[in-house]
Amino acid sequence: MKIGAPKETFEGEARVAMTPESALQIQKLGHTCVIETGAGAMAGFSDKSYKDAGVEVVKTAAALWKAADVVVKVRQPSETESKRLRDGQTLISFFNPAANEAGMEAAKKAGARVIAMEMVPRISRAQKMDALSSMANIAGYRAVIEAGNNFGRFFTGQVTAAGKVPPAKVLVVGAGVAGLAAIGTATSLGAITYAFDVRPEVAEQVESMGAEFVFLDFEEEQADGSASGGYASVSSPEFREAQLAKFRELAPDIDIVITTALIPNREAPELWTEDMVAAMKPGSVIVDLAAEKGGNCKLTVMDEKIVTDNGVTIIGYTDFPSRMAAQASTLYSNNIRHMLFDLTPEKDGVIDHDMEDDVIRGATVTFDKEITFPPPPPKVAAIAAAPKKAAVPELTAEEKAAKEVADFKQQTKTQVTLIAVGAALLLAVGLVAPASFMQHFIVFVLSVFIGFQVIWGVAHSLHTPLMAVTNAISSIIILGALMQIGSGSFLVVLLAALAVFMTGINIFGGFLVTRRMLAMFQKS
Amino acid sequence: MEFGFTTAAYVVAAVLFILSLGGLSGQESAKRAVWYGIAGMALAVAATLVGPGAGYWFLSLLLIAGGGAIGYQLATKVQMTQMPELVAAMHSLVGLAAVFVGLIAHIELGRVMAMGEAERNALEGFAGLLAHKSGVEVSILRVELFLGIFIGAVTFTGSVVAYGKLAGKVDSAATKLPGGHMLNAGALALSVICLVWYFNTGGFFPLFLMTLAALFIGYHLIMGIGGADMPVVVSMLNSYSGWAAAAIGFSLGNDLLIVVGALVGSSGAILSYIMCKAMNRSFVSVILGGFGGAAGPQMAVEGEQVAIDADGVATALNEADSVIIIPGYGMAVAQAQSAVAELVRKLRAQGKTVRFAIHPVAGRLPGHMNVLLAEAKVPYDIVMEMDEINEDFPDTDVAIVIGSNDIVNPAAQDDPNSPIAGMPVLECWKAKQVFVSKRGQGTGYSGIENPLFFKDNTRMFYGDAKASLDSLLPKID
Repeated sequence: MKIGAPKETFEGEARVAMTPESALQIQKLGHTCVIETGAGAMAGFSDKSYKDAGVEVVKTAAALWKAADVVVKVRQPSETESKRLRDGQTLISFFNPAANEAGMEAAKKAGARVIAMEMVPRISRAQKMDALSSMANIAGYRAVIEAGNNFGRFFTGQVTAAGKVPPAKVLVVGAGVAGLAAIGTATSLGAITYAFDVRPEVAEQVESMGAEFVFLDFEEEQADGSASGGYASVSSPEFREAQLAKFRELAPDIDIVITTALIPNREAPELWTEDMVAAMKPGSVIVDLAAEKGGNCKLTVMDEKIVTDNGVTIIGYTDFPSRMAAQASTLYSNNIRHMLFDLTPEKDGVIDHDMEDDVIRGATVTFDKEITFPPPPPKVAAIAAAPKKAAVPELTAEEKAAKEVADFKQQTKTQVTLIAVGAALLLAVGLVAPASFMQHFIVFVLSVFIGFQVIWGVAHSLHTPLMAVTNAISSIIILGALMQIGSGSFLVVLLAALAVFMTGINIFGGFLVTRRMLAMFQKS
Repeated sequence: MEFGFTTAAYVVAAVLFILSLGGLSGQESAKRAVWYGIAGMALAVAATLVGPGAGYWFLSLLLIAGGGAIGYQLATKVQMTQMPELVAAMHSLVGLAAVFVGLIAHIELGRVMAMGEAERNALEGFAGLLAHKSGVEVSILRVELFLGIFIGAVTFTGSVVAYGKLAGKVDSAATKLPGGHMLNAGALALSVICLVWYFNTGGFFPLFLMTLAALFIGYHLIMGIGGADMPVVVSMLNSYSGWAAAAIGFSLGNDLLIVVGALVGSSGAILSYIMCKAMNRSFVSVILGGFGGAAGPQMAVEGEQVAIDADGVATALNEADSVIIIPGYGMAVAQAQSAVAELVRKLRAQGKTVRFAIHPVAGRLPGHMNVLLAEAKVPYDIVMEMDEINEDFPDTDVAIVIGSNDIVNPAAQDDPNSPIAGMPVLECWKAKQVFVSKRGQGTGYSGIENPLFFKDNTRMFYGDAKASLDSLLPKID
C-alpha cells in the first residue's frame, strides 16, 4: 500500500503527518511512502531528507491524493481535500467528527474509510496512538514557555547581589495531560506550582509532578473521573461556587495561570472570572488552553494575545502544537505509524481494516459507504470503575434490637424446622427398624454431633495433620476384619487378612506421619 | 474374656479418639493429642483381639506388624510435598478394607442362613452374632453392608485416581468420558436397582454388579475434577472413608466402628465445607467438576506484565520494613519451601516484619502450606490465615506471591462476571509493591487471566521458584 502525506492546507499549520523517521518505520511494515513537496518544510524536514528515507516526493497535492492508498494528515480535511477522496482510499487524520457532518457525508459518498485520530479510545493498548494526549503534552509545555515569554520575571527565586527575586507562582487548572505537562515544565523552571482538578484522584499525580494540589473545603461526593473514561464531567453549582471562591482567594498571589479545563463535547467552563483577572497583579499572564471551546476565562480571545486594562496578558492561542512543529510532527507521525502498525497486523504491506478491533473500530468514522460514528462503547472500560460501595446505614439502637429479635426468631424457626424434620424421619425409621438397629443409630447420631462440635475447633493450620490422623483412626475398620477373621471359610480368612494388613499400614502410617508433622510445628 | 470388658475398652477408646481430634485445636496440644489417638487405637485392637469372635491371633498380629512396617517406612520416607498423595493413597486402603469386610459379612450371612436351627446355636463369634438375628434385622443388615461396600468402593477408586492426579501419574486436568454425569447417574441408578434386588434375594450377583458400578463412579467422578479442586476431593474422600466405616459398624453391630466412622465422616465433611467456602463454590459444583459458565463477558485485562530480576527484588526487600509472603502450590512443586524459609530468616535477622498469608485452599490439601512451612522450620506464629492478615496488606511494603495464582486474583472482587467472582482472595495488590514468582505467563488452574500480574505495582519475577529464590538469597544482606 502507498501511504501519502499531503502538505497541510490550513493556514498557519506547520505540522506534518509523516517524518523521514516515521517513513522508515512505515516502510518496515511493507508499505511505500509518498509525500507532497514542501510538506515538512515548516516542521524542519526538507524534501531531501524524505528522499533519503526512501520517500517518493510528488509535486502537487492532487498527484499525491491520487497516488496514495492511505492519506495521513494532521488537520481535518478541507472541502477541496474531501472532494479528492476516492473509493477504497483510507484517510487517517484529526477529523472532529462530532462537528463535521459535511465531511463525513462527503467521505461516505466517496466510499473512503476515515480514521479520526481524536476518536482513538482511551485504553492502555491504544495509548501509543493517542494523538490527543501527545498534542496536549506539547500544548502544556508550550503554554508555560509562552507564558514565560510574556512574563517579565524569573520563574525561579534567586538571591542575587543585586537583590532578592521571589519565585513565580503558577496555578494550573485542570490536571489532564496538558495540565500535568504544564506542571512539570513550570516546576522544572523553578516556579512554585499549584494545581487544581475536579477529580480528587489526580491529586497524587499532581503531587508526583512536584506541584501542590489545591484542595477545596467541600463535602460532597466528587465526580469519579473513571466513570466518564478518565475525563472530567460537569460539577454541581455548589461545587463550582466553592471552587471559584478558592480561586478568588488565590488570584492576587498568582503570577501565571494556565487553564486547561475542558469537558468533552461541551463549551469550556468559566473558571477564571473577570473579577479574578482584575484582582491579579499587573504583568501577570493567563494562558487559556481551552480557548478553542470558548475559554476558561471569558476575556480570552481565540488565537490572540490581549492585555487587559490592569496589565494582565491573556493568551488564547490554539495552535500550540503547531508552534513546536518539529516536536509535534515527530510525536504525531509516531501516533500515525502506530495506527498503521495496528492496521497492518501481518507486516506485509496490506491494510486489514479490522472492524472487530476495539481501537480501530472506535476511531473509524466512515467505512464502506456507511457513517460509523459515534462508535459503540468500547468493550473495555478505560479505567476500572471503583465498585460503588453501598453505604451501610448506621442502625439505631432500636433497629439493632429489632434486627436481633428478627434474627433470633429466624434462627429458632430454622432450628425447630430442622429438629422437627429430623425427629420425624427418625420416628419413621423407628417404626420399621428393630430395637437393636435403633440402639446403634443413637450412637451414630450422637457421634456425628460430637464430631461436628470437635472439628470446628481444629486450627486451620492443622488441617493436614487432622486428615492424617482421621485417616489413621478410620482404620478402626480393622476391628471388623479382626472380628471376622476367626470365623468361616478360607475365602473369609483371606479377605479379612488382606483387610487387616491394609489397615495396619494405615494405622501406623497415619499416626507416624501425623507425629512427624506435628513435631515440625515450632514457635519462634 | 467377657463381652462387657470389650465394650468398656471401646468406650475408653472412643473417648480417646474424641480427645485426639479435639486436641488438634492448637499446635502444642496437638502433640499430646496424637498419643491419645495411638492409645485409643491400641486399646481397641487389643480389646477386639481378646474379645469374642476373634481368632488366628498370631496371623492377625503378624499382619498388623507387617502392615505396620510398611506404614512406618511410608511415614518416615515421605516428602512433605507428597502429603496429599500419601493421604489419598491411605484413603484408598480404608475404602478397599471396607469393601472386603462388607463382602465377608455377606459371605458369612449366606453361610449362616443356610444352616439349621441347631447348628446356628452352636456358632460363635461373628457368625454367632449373625445367627441370632431376626428376619427384619437381616434385611437391615443387608442394606447396611450394601451401603458399606458401595461407599468403600467409591472411596477406593476415587482415592486411587486422586492419588494418581496428585502424584502426577494421571493428567490432573478434568477429563470425562462421553456422556459425562449421565454415566455417573446411570451407575447410581443401577446401584439402587441392585439394592432393591439384593434386599429381596440376598444373592451375590447384585452385590457384585453394584460393586462394579460403585468402582466406576469413584473413578469417573474424580477423573472429572481438576487438580486445584483436590483439597475438596481429598477431604470428601476422607469423609467417605469415615461413612464407610460407620456403615460397616452398623452391619457388624460394633459401636466403636460407628462412633469413629461418624467422627471421621463429619470431620471430612466439615473440611470439605471449609474448602468450598474458601473457593466460594457450592460442594455440588466442585463435585460435578469444572468451573461453571461465566455469567457474562469477563473484563479484559489491560496493561503489561513487567518482569524484574533478582537484583530488583533484593533492593526492594532490603529497603522494605514489612513483608508478606503468599505461598501456593507452585512453591510445593518447586520444593522451594526451604529457600523461602532461608529468605525469611535473613529478613527477620534484619529486624523486618515477615509474615506468611495462607489461603484456605492454597496447595492440594487442607493446611498443606502450613505443613510445608513447618517442615522448613518456619515458626508457626508468623504463618497467618487469610482472615487474620488480609487487613494488613495496605500497610505492607512488599508482598511476594510464590506459586499461587487464583487465590490472589483481584477479578474475584472486581469483575462480577469472572468465574471466581465472590471467592475470598488475599488482597496482596494493596501492598505497596508486589512480586510474583511464577514459571511463565500462563493462567492459573481456573484458566482465568489474573489482573494482578498487570497492575502497576506488580513485578513478575519469572523462573522456577526455587532457582529464583536461590539467586535472590545471596543478594539480601
